[in-house]
Amino acid sequence: MTANDTIATLEDALPLEALPLDAWHRARGARMVGFAGYHMPIQYDGIMAEHGWTREHAGLFDVSHMGQLTFTGEGVDDALELLLPSDIKGLKPGRQRYSMLLDQDGGILDDLMVSRPADGAFDDAAIYVVVNGATKYDDIGWMIEHLPDDVIMNHMADQALLALQGPEAGEAMAVLVPGTTDLVFMQCGAFDWNGVPLWISRSGYTGEDGFEISLPADAAVAFADALCALPQVKPIGLGARDSLRLEAGLPLYGHDLTPAVSTIGADLGFAIQKRRREEGGFIGHGRVMKELADGPGAKRVGLTIEGRLPAREGAQIYLGDVQVGDVTSGGFAPSVGAPIAMGWVSLPHSAIGTALEIEVRGKRIAAVVAPMPFVPHRYRRKA
Amino acid sequence: MSRYFTDEHEWIDVEGEIATVGITDYAQEQLGDIVFVELPAEGTTFDKGDDAAVVESVKAASDVYAPISGEVIEANGALEDEPALVNSDAEEDGWFFKLRMTDPSELEGLMTEAAYKKFVAAL
Repeated sequence: MTANDTIATLEDALPLEALPLDAWHRARGARMVGFAGYHMPIQYDGIMAEHGWTREHAGLFDVSHMGQLTFTGEGVDDALELLLPSDIKGLKPGRQRYSMLLDQDGGILDDLMVSRPADGAFDDAAIYVVVNGATKYDDIGWMIEHLPDDVIMNHMADQALLALQGPEAGEAMAVLVPGTTDLVFMQCGAFDWNGVPLWISRSGYTGEDGFEISLPADAAVAFADALCALPQVKPIGLGARDSLRLEAGLPLYGHDLTPAVSTIGADLGFAIQKRRREEGGFIGHGRVMKELADGPGAKRVGLTIEGRLPAREGAQIYLGDVQVGDVTSGGFAPSVGAPIAMGWVSLPHSAIGTALEIEVRGKRIAAVVAPMPFVPHRYRRKA
Repeated sequence: MSRYFTDEHEWIDVEGEIATVGITDYAQEQLGDIVFVELPAEGTTFDKGDDAAVVESVKAASDVYAPISGEVIEANGALEDEPALVNSDAEEDGWFFKLRMTDPSELEGLMTEAAYKKFVAAL
């Protein structure tokens, strides 16, 4: 028997590093795998149980592998508007946006969260950005190349990052940090827990309500312990994080998003506000404008699958004898109770309801282009 | 009846010329929640080491090899409706398929239960 564990085999030969909660995960019975250059917990009790717990209660995820960057200096907003297609100048203190780094051809180098700190957080930094773990050093290199000398970028390698996700995340977080009850989706702020400075945003990558918490690495164990002492909270591994985000229709960088694909095809045009589309002035603008006018060649779509056999990353999508796309993420969806997939399909075959076939081990299985998310988002929005 | 084990984490029950094949409890625990099992059709013939079945867990697909040569006489239909049987009862009700062995001498060199336990403990 041989396991083709796509998560575990991603990594190259470099020795894996330990994150601040490494021993904490192991003590709680986590199975650790290599991911983005670190030892990370793929599961504790089992992916199905952890997935279900997060959808019903609150799950604690360690995402300390992600890159946390701050930016300061004269002209920082202008400099970042060259790098990011999103409206940075209009980003108010305590607000967060989803954005991405594009290359000169409009290909996606990474997707990220950008926010403007408030109340002196991160040593009065002007902008705080969270990028993917596997791409963070490439991102840093790209940004250094394109930032003017007056803008200082700081990679906060000594900050941990946790995510608390699920319908009971709000009440659990309020026990430790009462001020967080006022936050709504994509708002963020500076808080204090027993003298530990926390930067908390109401966001996440599961489709559920929840928070992402940046804190000093040396306080991560105590804070994780305090959260998991609450009846609503259990630690959740990477495996369930992946099935949760897939059900939520959220793309995973390196799989659904790559330098070969574009923002508009990825259906992420919402990240490029009107002013930025009109004025341009960011790397990759030409491709965005062209695809807004002419349409992209291919689109990122959701796929529901008939039967029980999962279609996974790399499976080819067909219409008759013609290959019209590829699956970029796929697996069994615990909350749906069936396999689902995300893939890229050529534009003429990407409309919701289009009947296609996916080839899995030489067999064709029926699939239909489906709206995403597969499981409704339950973010806490302004009343 | 004798039970044998392989270093690919399969078990084989032998009764006369019939071998019942499944994956071990250790294997199901490593795989995690199993959501689909693809079984061979009756009449399929395998040489030892051929791809015989596929186990799909939430996170990955894994191949199961034919631990010995033979012809499939039955596949465990219960796994179609309830693939999680492999998690809950890997070494009994969660069996995969039965083979009519073509070369019982291949059983020589497979592990006993005690030897397999030792093998797993060393992993």
